[in-house]
Amino acid sequence: MIDVLNLTKRYGDLTVLDDITETIHEGERVVIIGPSGSGKSTFLRCLNCMEDPTAGSIIFEDVDLADPKVDINKHRQHIGMVFQQFNLFNNKKVIENITLAPVRHALKALPFKQRRKAKKEIVARENERAMALLARIGLTDKAEVYPSTLSGGQKQRVAIARALAMNPKVILFDEPTSALDPEMVGEVLDLIKELAHEGMTMVIVTHEMGFAREVADRILFMDGGKIAEQGTPEQVFGNPKHPRTQEFLSKVL
Amino acid sequence: MGAAWEVFYNKFIVYGGWKTVVDGLVVTLQIAVIGLIIGILIGTLIATVKVVPKRNPALKVLSVICDIYVGFFRGTPLVVQLLIGYFVLLPALGLRVEAVYAAIVIYGMNSAAYVSETMRSGIQAVDIGQMEAARALGLNYSTSMMKVVIPQAVKNILPTLGNEFISLIKETSVASFISVVDVTKAFRQIGDSNYEYIIPYLMLAAIYLILVMIITLGVRLLERRLRRSDRRS
Repeated sequence: MIDVLNLTKRYGDLTVLDDITETIHEGERVVIIGPSGSGKSTFLRCLNCMEDPTAGSIIFEDVDLADPKVDINKHRQHIGMVFQQFNLFNNKKVIENITLAPVRHALKALPFKQRRKAKKEIVARENERAMALLARIGLTDKAEVYPSTLSGGQKQRVAIARALAMNPKVILFDEPTSALDPEMVGEVLDLIKELAHEGMTMVIVTHEMGFAREVADRILFMDGGKIAEQGTPEQVFGNPKHPRTQEFLSKVL
Repeated sequence: MGAAWEVFYNKFIVYGGWKTVVDGLVVTLQIAVIGLIIGILIGTLIATVKVVPKRNPALKVLSVICDIYVGFFRGTPLVVQLLIGYFVLLPALGLRVEAVYAAIVIYGMNSAAYVSETMRSGIQAVDIGQMEAARALGLNYSTSMMKVVIPQAVKNILPTLGNEFISLIKETSVASFISVVDVTKAFRQIGDSNYEYIIPYLMLAAIYLILVMIITLGVRLLERRLRRSDRRS
């Protein structure tokens, strides 16, 4: 689904990602672990070009997203992203957070003259879908409040609902529980697990090793801008080959 | 004082001087309100040019032009800008424009220079994650800016915008340099007619003071309304 070819990212002299080639398959749950500064988040953020790769290609549905001529906005609609800091729109109510992008995209798909007429219908349809998503995450009663009134766990669940509202083909999770109070981690992980069981393709950067082991089809261990080791959770956690993996796991487990 | 009152009363009420004052007040408010709107519009545009990532040379050139614009309007006195605009630029362009309209545009352009700097800091104060989240949903830069970033920036800078409006109101008092009859000019005419200035000028000061107090109150109410999204419900 996503083919990463020779991906390199440099900030000045600092090489954060060093010539990575990797494939994310459809329906696969890939979890990226590794010490901080190893390039996991940068790798994830390159997948939808939130960071522009210095060199290499990101092939998503036969299109190279790293090509500056590509309309990245079009392709990002199919790649959901969930952030460590939730990044809900503070100036929008919960339901508007979810409907903002789908409504915009639906309107933009229409010829200019028809937009005004179609708007009401599109908004009604997206509101309905958003309410269904809110029902799914158990936050129907929060539809009309602003994000500042939500707990961290609720915010992150809304952020996931916002990503889902785009019907993405893959969702990227950038340390989705790192900014949460411990008692709220569970509710977010449960939701992600639920999506995993439904077959959603996902790439997850996380420090939650138990969660990684449970949800992942494949673990990538990153170190120094490279994928140092990868394999099934049993292989990587049970019998790590690379000395850096062994060292890292001995510290975190 | 009694004599002064009598003189003023005659001029203001009996001979209908209050009409000039009311007209002047309308002119003052016109210049300040429309000027501020122009200022916010152009100022937001300049601020956007300043914060947008400069990917191509055209944007860099545009950014330099904006710098020059802001430099000129912040670096020279407003009166000088009025004089140049009305007595130099307009005739040079062969345009005959009523002084009030010229004043509105020049005050607006002047205000834009100040608003742009305020707006820029307001935009930069909005967490970068807001823009990233919008872009990750496939929204383009300008939509993300207009729907997500700028509304939050405006909320942040509302008190400063209120101050800008207040200084704009007060600065309109020099509009008479290009023959605009604002409220200051109106009272000056009343005073000039009898060389009796105490009451007209004290009254003028009181009118500005009241205007500023009303605006301060209005901004405070608006702020409270906009802060809804910060409050826990």
